[in-house]
Amino acid sequence: MTTLTNRPAAAPPAPAGRRRAGTGRVLASRILGYAVLIFFGLVFLYPFVIQIGNSFKTEPDAAANPLSPIPDPLTFDGFERIFAGTNFPLWLGNSLLVTVLVTLGRVFFDSLAGYALARLRFPGRRWLFAAVVAVMAVPPVVLLIPKFLVLNQLGIYNSYPGLVVPLLADAAGIFIMKQFFESVPVSVEEAARIDGAGVFRTFWSVVLPMAKPALITLTILSFQGSWNEFPHSLVSVQDPDLFTLPRGLADLVSGSLGKGTQYPLKLGAALLATIPVAVIFVIFQRYFVRDESAGADKG
Amino acid sequence: MAVHATVTPATTTARPPHRRGRGPRGNEAVAGWLFVAPVIAILGLFLLLPILMALWVSLTDWNGQGSPFTSQVPFVGTENYTRLFTEDGLERRDFMTSIRNNLYYVVIVVPAQTALALGLALIVNNRLLKGKSFFRSAFYFPSVTSSVAISVVFLFLFANSGAVNKLLAVLGVDGPQWFADSRGVLHLLFGVVGVDGPPAPLADGGPFGLSWWDWLSGPSVAMTSIIALVVWTTSGTFMLMFLAALQNVPVVLDEASSLDGATRWQRFRHVTLPLIKPTMFLVLTLGLIGSWQVFDQVYVMSQGDPAKTTLTPAYLSYRTAFRDFDYGSGAAISFVLFLIIIALTLVQRRIMADRDGRRGAWRRLPGRGGRS
Repeated sequence: MTTLTNRPAAAPPAPAGRRRAGTGRVLASRILGYAVLIFFGLVFLYPFVIQIGNSFKTEPDAAANPLSPIPDPLTFDGFERIFAGTNFPLWLGNSLLVTVLVTLGRVFFDSLAGYALARLRFPGRRWLFAAVVAVMAVPPVVLLIPKFLVLNQLGIYNSYPGLVVPLLADAAGIFIMKQFFESVPVSVEEAARIDGAGVFRTFWSVVLPMAKPALITLTILSFQGSWNEFPHSLVSVQDPDLFTLPRGLADLVSGSLGKGTQYPLKLGAALLATIPVAVIFVIFQRYFVRDESAGADKG
Repeated sequence: MAVHATVTPATTTARPPHRRGRGPRGNEAVAGWLFVAPVIAILGLFLLLPILMALWVSLTDWNGQGSPFTSQVPFVGTENYTRLFTEDGLERRDFMTSIRNNLYYVVIVVPAQTALALGLALIVNNRLLKGKSFFRSAFYFPSVTSSVAISVVFLFLFANSGAVNKLLAVLGVDGPQWFADSRGVLHLLFGVVGVDGPPAPLADGGPFGLSWWDWLSGPSVAMTSIIALVVWTTSGTFMLMFLAALQNVPVVLDEASSLDGATRWQRFRHVTLPLIKPTMFLVLTLGLIGSWQVFDQVYVMSQGDPAKTTLTPAYLSYRTAFRDFDYGSGAAISFVLFLIIIALTLVQRRIMADRDGRRGAWRRLPGRGGRS
């Protein structure tokens, strides 16, 4: 880039001519830019439009006109069968329970650990942080069999505790919280300490309230992660009464319920499973985006 | 970072005796361990311990009956591993097929998602366009949805008379039966130039029990639809990383080079690209790491079919353990996969750390990147 900046200034007559050519070019490139944006907007959003449209169609209509977003005729038959003919309400309840417990657990335990790793001096702290970073590198898919083994051995395979407890803390969340707590000025805590507050009191009523942005981020990530979690439910339960939404949905498509088409029903069920995360995304997308880019900014 | 200790009086030199005593320091040590105790318990019990247990099981022939840690379970040493690599048989063939499938998958997914992510980031970063935040959200949205739910949608899109084939029909192309089509894409290309079957030298004799012809199949048609899904879901996340890097490129630099008469491509090639190189590297390696973990989509969309052409090591290890009840072999496959991924991760962390000490401290958080 130095070579470019070191070049002598452009010859005097050039700017005027270039500006006129430039406006035309700017307009052209703007039109092209919007065309590309809209094309990719369709590529990324139209599948969802198709999903919504087809979930309100009759089966023959969905089979004959899969591209059309408009149901003809409009029917709620698929949704009726989701609630009457499948265990969907049960899956929904299980998913809600798991998601709420896992989110609460992660927010609390990850903050505790993140705070300790950022602020408290205790022997083994560095080693522990290195362990957390190492754990983040463990790919979840290789844990399928190991997790089953330990749940089986502990006697909590096929139970709510088996579904929830292993997810109650995650290394990435600890990492996020630690990074955040390190950015909080120490003086506030010192003041609290001097006033005689204990370590937990200082953490709970002084530091944690200041960590709101990080807590929101962690809550959203935990919610999204546990709501969508599939492989863990696959190896921790097998009783259909304990299925979460992704598990039930997978079963609906590929498992015991058979390969029959029933596309309106399947698309509708998938749609209902997507809505909570979509709503959270629309409301809190600042935090989704901030998380990703904040990380990369640091990078 | 350790500099930010809470109370740092001059007495820090006398740490060991001080820590034992009461007072703030002693409290802090106890509190510190209490604060991390729940996390240690959870991660230790459900992550570290299970890995060790699985390591043991991978050395046995446990069939899922009773506990794997009794003397009745036959200990077979490294047999489960050697069978994957050296013994000709169904197991090695399946494993090598899964490796082949995943290799082709990686070779297409990683460049495609990187290029698409960079392209999207460049458009969304364009100062002249309005409504960019809407499109940025639109591109990113698939990344946050459930992999299972989105797989259901793509099953519908790629159905025999589904949306994709309807679109292809508009263009005059007769779409394939995506999830029933086990033909390799490279084989199809060979077919175009008149090579319909394996030429004699390729008919057999390839490494690890697969013929050269089989190794050279390319991804199957069925696999390409999974590839399409994954590229579609992951590029939004990587786009955000590129976007963050692009926003750090000083505008003046771009403008200066533009005044100097550099074309758009020259500016991209010689100004932008060198500045976002670290992010490019990050995206490529995260893609490499993530794409060896594809599981959910295979489970929902194809279960390894047709003709085992969408089998991946992750799915194969699951199937071997939980469908064939051969937990030893399944665990062994997991560990081989683990080694592949850890090797890639170590290479990444090493290079990131070398590149820049400060930058090396940051690592992309696992989770959505790979979209496994």
